[in-house]
Amino acid sequence: MVNLSTPSAASNDRAVFDAPRNDSNHKAFSVLETVMDPEIPTLSVMDLGMITNVAVSDNTVSVRFLPTFVACPATSYIRNNIEEALHHAGFKSVQVDLETEMNWTSARISELGRKKLEAFGLGAPVAIDGVLDFAQIEHVACPHCGSTNTELRSMFGSTLCRSIHYCNDCKQGFERFKPL
Amino acid sequence: MADDELIIGHRNSEWTGLGPILEEDIAFSSIAQDQIGHAVANYTLLNEHFGEPVPDVIAFSRNEKEFRCSQFVELPIGDYAFSLMRHFLFDHAESLRYARLSDSSFAPLAALAKKIKGELKYHTLHADLWVKKLGMGTEESHARMQTALNEAFPYALGIFEPSKYEEELVAEKIAIGETALQTEWLDVISPLLQRANLTIPKLPIKERVYGGRQGYHTEYLQPLLDEMTEVYRLDPAATW
Repeated sequence: MVNLSTPSAASNDRAVFDAPRNDSNHKAFSVLETVMDPEIPTLSVMDLGMITNVAVSDNTVSVRFLPTFVACPATSYIRNNIEEALHHAGFKSVQVDLETEMNWTSARISELGRKKLEAFGLGAPVAIDGVLDFAQIEHVACPHCGSTNTELRSMFGSTLCRSIHYCNDCKQGFERFKPL
Repeated sequence: MADDELIIGHRNSEWTGLGPILEEDIAFSSIAQDQIGHAVANYTLLNEHFGEPVPDVIAFSRNEKEFRCSQFVELPIGDYAFSLMRHFLFDHAESLRYARLSDSSFAPLAALAKKIKGELKYHTLHADLWVKKLGMGTEESHARMQTALNEAFPYALGIFEPSKYEEELVAEKIAIGETALQTEWLDVISPLLQRANLTIPKLPIKERVYGGRQGYHTEYLQPLLDEMTEVYRLDPAATW
C-alpha cells in the first residue's frame, strides 16, 4: 500500500536532527527563508530542508548546508546565494559548510514546502520507508485536481529532482519532486 | 570507480538530442548528469584525503594510459539496444557496489555511498523497465536486446577486474572485493534477464575483457578524451 499522506518522522527528518531556532539565530533563519531554489523559485532552502544548523555569535554566522542530489548543478549557486544573502543582511562574517553527517531525503521537505510545491504545480514526494520501490515512484496525486488516477510517464524529468506524470482525470501532464 | 562514471557519463551524454523518444533522450541525459556528478564526488574524495589535484585536473589532464576505467564504459554508444543493455549491466553493478561501500571502513566513502545508492535506484528501475519491455516486445526488439547482451557481457565482466590493491582493500574492509561483488551482481541480473526472456551467454573465462584497470584500453578511449578535454587544453582556467 502506498502512503500518499505526509511523511512521518524518518531517520533524516528535520524535527529529529536540526538545531532549534533561538533568539540569537532567529534573524539568520529569517534571511535563509528568502534564499530560493533556482529551479523552484517559490521554495526556500528552509522549505527544502537544506539547512541543518545555524549558529550566530556577534556578527558571525555559520550555516550547515545539505545539498539534495549529488549531481545537482545548482548546489554551488545556492551556496553562493546563501552567503550573499547573509552578508547583505549585515552579518560581517559568513561561513557555509557542507553537512556531511547525514544525507538529504525528501522527508526533509517541510509541510509548508510540500504545499508550496503543489501550488507551483509539482507533485510532492512520499516519505520513503525503507528502500525506494517502483510503486513509490509511480503513485502520486495530481497537483492540479488531487486525483490519484495518474500514471508515470518518465522517471527522469526536466531537472534531476523531477519525474514526469500524467493525470487521467484532468488530462494534464505534470512533474513531481522525486522521492529520495 | 570515478573513471568508470566519468567515461560512461560522457558516453551516455552522447544520446542528448538523439534519443529514440523524448523521454529516453531526457533519461540518458539525466543518468549521464548523475554519473558525471558521482565521478566528481569521488575525485573530490581523492583531492581531500589523498593529496590528488582538484577534480577538473584529475578528469582532464590525464592521458589514456593513466585512466583506470573498464573497457566496457569506453565502447561507443552503438544502437539504443546496446546503450540500454550497458546501462542495465553497469548500473546494477554500481548500485551493488555503493550498497556495499555504505559499510566501508573508510568513513568518507561510506557516507558518500549511502547518499549515492539511493539515487541509483532510479537508474536500475529505469533500466529494468526498458529491458523487460524490449526483451518481451516484438521479435525484432527481442533479437536486438539479445545481440546487445551477447556483445556487452564479456566487457561487463571487466567491471569486476581487480586492481593491484585488491587484497589490501578487502583486508582493511574498505571494499568487499570484486569477486564477491560479481557474484552478487549475477544473482541480481540473472532473474531480471530471465524475466525479459534474455539469455546470458555462456563464456569461457578467458573471454572476459580485462585490462582497463591496468591502463590498457580500446581504440575508442583516446578519441573520447580528446573531445572531452578540448576546452581544457585550450584554456585550463576556462569557466562557464
